Amino acid sequence: MNVLDFARAFFSDSAHWHGYDGIPTRFAEHIRYSLEALLIAAVIALPVGLLTGHTGRGGNALALIATAGRALPSFGLLVLMFTWIGFGMLPVMIPLVVLAVPPILVTTYEAVRSVDPSPVDAARGMGMPEARVLLQVEVPVALPLILGGLRTAAIQIVSTATIAAYISFGGLGRYIIDGLYQKNYEKVVGGATLVAGLALATLAVFWAVSRLTVSPGVRRGG
Amino acid sequence: MTKRYPDGTVAVDRLSLEIPDRAITVLVGPSGCGKTTTLRMINRMVEPTEGTILLDGQDVRRQPVNTLRRSMGYVIQNAGLFQHRTIIDNIATVPRLLGWTKQKARARAAELMERVGLDSALAKRYPYQLSGGQQQRVGVARALAADPPVLLMDEPFSAVDPVVRKGLQDELLRIQDELGKTIVFVTHDIDEAIKLGTKVAVLRTGGRLAQFAPPAELLSAPADAFVEDFLGADRGIRRLSFFPSADLELQTAPIVPIDADAAKLASRATAPYLLVTDLDGRPLGWSEPDRLTAGAIDPEQLLDFGRPFLPGTDSLRTALDGAVLSPAGWAVAVDGEGRAVGVVSQQVIGEAIRAAHSRVAEQAEVKAGR
Repeated sequence: MNVLDFARAFFSDSAHWHGYDGIPTRFAEHIRYSLEALLIAAVIALPVGLLTGHTGRGGNALALIATAGRALPSFGLLVLMFTWIGFGMLPVMIPLVVLAVPPILVTTYEAVRSVDPSPVDAARGMGMPEARVLLQVEVPVALPLILGGLRTAAIQIVSTATIAAYISFGGLGRYIIDGLYQKNYEKVVGGATLVAGLALATLAVFWAVSRLTVSPGVRRGG
Repeated sequence: MTKRYPDGTVAVDRLSLEIPDRAITVLVGPSGCGKTTTLRMINRMVEPTEGTILLDGQDVRRQPVNTLRRSMGYVIQNAGLFQHRTIIDNIATVPRLLGWTKQKARARAAELMERVGLDSALAKRYPYQLSGGQQQRVGVARALAADPPVLLMDEPFSAVDPVVRKGLQDELLRIQDELGKTIVFVTHDIDEAIKLGTKVAVLRTGGRLAQFAPPAELLSAPADAFVEDFLGADRGIRRLSFFPSADLELQTAPIVPIDADAAKLASRATAPYLLVTDLDGRPLGWSEPDRLTAGAIDPEQLLDFGRPFLPGTDSLRTALDGAVLSPAGWAVAVDGEGRAVGVVSQQVIGEAIRAAHSRVAEQAEVKAGR
């Protein structure tokens, strides 16, 4: 049997389509973990990235944090948090957030910093308050890059959220972990396919969001 | 006032200027002379280290900084437009900051587009869809949107090509005629300074004032070698821009139409050159009288007549230029429709220049005597 046969077998088994271990339930769980982690990471990283980018200060510190964050293995962090904190959502969220913060933080900082300084100067010279300069002049222009950072973070979260299953939570990782344990390769391949599909869907969502939120004056050609 | 940076660099050194109301004051000088810093101290984008700036007698630091800035239009090089906003919303920025409704701000913006010569079809476009010259017009419209009494312009036209720049300069002079703003204009281009300035402040490196005078005075009496050098080699010629050509004595005798008969040609043969015109009176070219045969004048054989001047509007500089360009050494005066109304020799123009100089000298004496 090859991979395609495994996948076909998995998806054609009607038992996989309902119940607490059915695809819709696992899908919904996976999306919930991913959204929560992305939201927490964005709440931490966006304001810091916007402010440091706006003031142009703290770039070195950011690079350091980002590199450190990227160097931490998510799986190791999960096990560590689990042994420290015990059972709960927190040991799952911490590695996912640690994974997502660096790309959001660094791209937001770079995006705001790379905005053409002349409209910013003009805005200040016209008497625009600093908060408006950031939100109404810099952010709209930096938005494509900022969304790019969020997208990278979201895709990493979606693919890494499978580790939640390792400490008895749900999500699509359930199929992979259980399948490996039971030597049920249909399940492993089916779970992996679903994760890949969700990652692609995430890409599509971000594409749509950027179509809706980025001004045509900024988008041009890109 | 003085601006000294923490590293000890002095950008502006004890500069004191009285900027006239409802006129264009140009700050000009080489790079590093502190002209932009001076401008930016007026709207407090840069705070002076020492000294004060008074606006109508009041220290600019006495009102909140954003209130001050909203009362002064600000135009910068490359326009600095907001690329995510349409042209009309770019122009409406300051009215919106002042709390106008969107509708009222946009109506005002549309009015300004017309004023600066922008087609209303551009309103919904984005900045990247406009040429450099059009973007700069939007920049000017945006600065004028809330009708501020003061306009600060920092090298606004230096990034566009010379033809577009000339158009923008003419447009600015026209708008200024209509609106009468107090404009402070920074440039490194002395020709632009002389063309636009009611008064011109020449700054030297290190942020010190070299001379502050009307352009004609700058050209006739540069304060020192630095100013003279900065003005360039042909300041004598350029100064002629300030003398009108209206008083030039024009001659009509050397003008003959292309269908002139032999008798007429013979009666004019005393002139060294004759100007041949078409049947409407528009100049075709010069010729020596003995080379013309009645009824067989070939326009191709005529000598170039240079560039004609309008006696009422153009300066002695344009008249002299016309005379120098023409191989005959004579300048052609035309009316608004391009019909030749007279000709004038280099010699006569030279006398007019001398007369103008002595008039200026007399005025200077009167002024000094008072």
